[in-house]
Amino acid sequence: MMSRLSWPTALRVPGRVWVIGAPWFWLALFFILPFLFVLKISLSEAVLAQPPYLDWVREVEDGMVLIQLNFGNYLMLWEDSLYLAALWGSFKVAAISTLICLLIGYPMAYAIALAPNHWRMPLLMLIILPFWTSFLIRVYAWMGILKDNGLINQVLMGMGLISEPLQILHTPVAVYIGVVYSYLPFLVLPLYATLIRLDNTLLEAAADLGCRPWKQFLTITLPQSVPGILAGSMLVFIPVMGEFVIPDLLGGPDTLMIGKLMWTEFFSNKDWPLASALASVLLVVLIIPFVLMRHYEQKTADNLG
Amino acid sequence: MLKRYPLLIVMLILGYLFLYMPIVSLVIYSFNESRLVTVWSGFSTKWYVELFNNKPLLNAAATSIKIAALNATAAIVLGTLAALALVRFRQSRGHKSLGVMVTAPLVMPEVIIGLSLLLLFVAMEDLIGWPQGRGLTTILLAHITFSMAYVTVVVQSRLAHMDRSIEEAALDLGAKPLKVFFTITLPMIAPSLLAGWLLAFTLSLDDLVIASFVSGPGSTTLPMVVYSSVRLGVSPEINALATIIIAIVSTAVLIAGVIMYRQEMNKQKRL
Amino acid sequence: MPQHRPAPNDNPWAASDEEPIVRVENVTKTFGNTYAVDDISLNIHRGEFFSLLGASGCGKTTLLRMLGGFETPTSGRIFIDGQDVTHVPPYERPINMMFQSYALFPHMTVAQNIAFGLKQDRMPSLHIRERVSEMMALVQIEKLANRKPHQLSGGQRQRVALARALAKHPKILLLDEPLGALDKKLREQTQFELVNIQERLGITFIVVTHDQEEAMTMSSRIALMHEGRIEQVDTPRRMYEFPISRYAAGFIGSVNLFHGHVVEHNNDMVLIRSDEAGADLLVHHSQPLLSGMEITVAVRPEKIIVREQRNDEPNHLHGVIQEIAYLGDVSIYHIELASGKRVQFTQSNVQALAEQPLTWGQEVALSWNPYSCGVLSQ
Repeated sequence: MMSRLSWPTALRVPGRVWVIGAPWFWLALFFILPFLFVLKISLSEAVLAQPPYLDWVREVEDGMVLIQLNFGNYLMLWEDSLYLAALWGSFKVAAISTLICLLIGYPMAYAIALAPNHWRMPLLMLIILPFWTSFLIRVYAWMGILKDNGLINQVLMGMGLISEPLQILHTPVAVYIGVVYSYLPFLVLPLYATLIRLDNTLLEAAADLGCRPWKQFLTITLPQSVPGILAGSMLVFIPVMGEFVIPDLLGGPDTLMIGKLMWTEFFSNKDWPLASALASVLLVVLIIPFVLMRHYEQKTADNLG
Repeated sequence: MLKRYPLLIVMLILGYLFLYMPIVSLVIYSFNESRLVTVWSGFSTKWYVELFNNKPLLNAAATSIKIAALNATAAIVLGTLAALALVRFRQSRGHKSLGVMVTAPLVMPEVIIGLSLLLLFVAMEDLIGWPQGRGLTTILLAHITFSMAYVTVVVQSRLAHMDRSIEEAALDLGAKPLKVFFTITLPMIAPSLLAGWLLAFTLSLDDLVIASFVSGPGSTTLPMVVYSSVRLGVSPEINALATIIIAIVSTAVLIAGVIMYRQEMNKQKRL
Repeated sequence: MPQHRPAPNDNPWAASDEEPIVRVENVTKTFGNTYAVDDISLNIHRGEFFSLLGASGCGKTTLLRMLGGFETPTSGRIFIDGQDVTHVPPYERPINMMFQSYALFPHMTVAQNIAFGLKQDRMPSLHIRERVSEMMALVQIEKLANRKPHQLSGGQRQRVALARALAKHPKILLLDEPLGALDKKLREQTQFELVNIQERLGITFIVVTHDQEEAMTMSSRIALMHEGRIEQVDTPRRMYEFPISRYAAGFIGSVNLFHGHVVEHNNDMVLIRSDEAGADLLVHHSQPLLSGMEITVAVRPEKIIVREQRNDEPNHLHGVIQEIAYLGDVSIYHIELASGKRVQFTQSNVQALAEQPLTWGQEVALSWNPYSCGVLSQ
């Protein structure tokens, strides 16, 4: 009942408008409005100018306004197989990495949740700590480990397992390693938060009714943690879809991902309209996982609330 | 409980090895004499000396720290307001849309944020003449936008777990709402404000992609310098820089961790 | 009229000329489609120890929060000491509240907690110090002045919360389940302390509780609430002896209910025919009732007496003992009547071992006095 109680009108400080208004307008101005410009520019034509696009609403002369929409960018995305391949590449990397993150992260989160009280905080801190050191530098660290004369190859050769260095850096494998490494904490933390609040007596009740530990996990723990799994997975999946740094530094020339392509179109080819069209497509693609994430986040919040 | 599942313990240890191996290797090789990063040829601190003679890198670091501090301060204000609005004003107009707008930057790919903000800044300059060109201001505005989302999450969870009747008691004893906020609410959420500030600071210091889109000439940040040197291959100087960053961060997190650990243990003792 | 406990002004609610300290006029509070409080009117008088009693979700907390100013009524008005406070915020009301969770400020010491309200009034610090030590003496926590809330036990926190709420000498003190978080022993002891403090300070106390025993022990009057409405307002004794509805009869104590219809009503005595009871029932009742009217007779278990012989006069029932529960001070018996209806009665265990104890399967005759039962029309 308490949750339904509201501030009475007498307490509604005039500041209330500011409290909600200030962050609202900031985000509307600097987060939502920019997307409209992305849409707008994606429909314009690239030119050699500053800025390098032709506005499609132009005043020609005497108050005459010319509107000239250009769908060429989207047409190009559809016709040139490069872009669809990049979209597919991003999807593949994001989906597979999310799955690997789950396979590594779930046991870790579960182990921490099961650990003795005084161990949990330090173990969690150890998960968060790498997240606080620079992302760029952690990706860079893998370059040193994966390259031809890097740590892994030296160890393997030293053990006599291989005679020639393996090419790992600048291959898809390196991209997967980098993504899983960078995004693992994003999955472990929400999973831990879900698992720690599960009622332990349910497991005891199951055990009491003759359920074996492995089966207890499958029938009690796992189903109850599904909202946490889905929310955490989207937390990895969505940003990886647009990832640039990891495929750029660890991937090879054949690593096609949409974020990297956008970067190239924008910085190397100076094609702002095409980059905008790519961004728009990515944005639309990401709406479904985002809605899923919100849904399951709210669900976990309600369950725990 | 955990003791009964040896397999889980093994996976946990392997997980931590995976998380820390790259960081440890960076630290070790930063003291390597040789330029060939992976061949150990003796202990040396010469890369640290070179790092501190690298003027462009130091300038970029100073720029980054300045932006990060300003960003964190602004983000903590906006983020706290947003958290208050989300936790306290559930019936208000705009509550739901604010919730969506605050969650989205957490997962939105940086390339999209960067590009869209650049296009906004270009259009704004064209329309109202501000912000003039691109540089520190535009980077700062961009960083505040995504940092405040993170701050909101941190402060929000603290606010949501706070006993509302404590604030009501203060109102009941005659304190006006604004006074209640400053004498009761703020001291109670202070740890989360500090955590939020540090998080916003780190996020800003770390951002390469968004800053690359919205920066202009003369506003090169540290990640941009690191990126251009890393692209050319592994460089021992960057190892040294990484080690310094890791040392600072671990010390800070360790101190915070010990404080939080003690508080947590105290709380449990009381229960 | 029977009195609960001797106090300087025994039943201020009976003196109709005095302005009540709290006047609730047709107050309704809705949350969405649910009526938390449904058209309640209520007067509470100076110096009362008034309880809002009811099961969880009955609206008692919402009503208390409206008195404190934390909720605004959807409709209706609230007067305190003659002043309309319906839209006055909590920080401007001459009322203080003791919260269920105690709501102590975790970052302040005990003394700072108690001083908080006084500081808001910009009282000189010398006076504040005086008042704080006076309050700490009142609730016997002088030694805890410099402790933080997390260093206190549950009972100590409760005392700090009480001292903090009393420090400003409010006209009314609201208490939300004041003893809810204490264990049974401490609760019983604290009940009497609360009553003592209230009598000493003469402040009007309004308590929300779900515990009928607590309400019976402490209150001058009780308002029993049910589904957002007030079922009955009365002294504890009248509430128990003369409940006006089946809900009220059942909520406080146990009760046997017999359905029947009125046969005749004269000289304040009603004769009721009940098939359930298997006998005619005679009840003292002064309000006129129409013949043939459907009605319920309520009899408390301890009012029933066991008779040796069968007798066919009114208020004499016959049945077989089905269950016996020995509780130490009393025993509870369940009797099954010929109609299948079960009747409960209690007997105090006066002797260590009665000579001829009642036993399972035994046939017994029961009866009660027409003055120790009541009729319920709702």
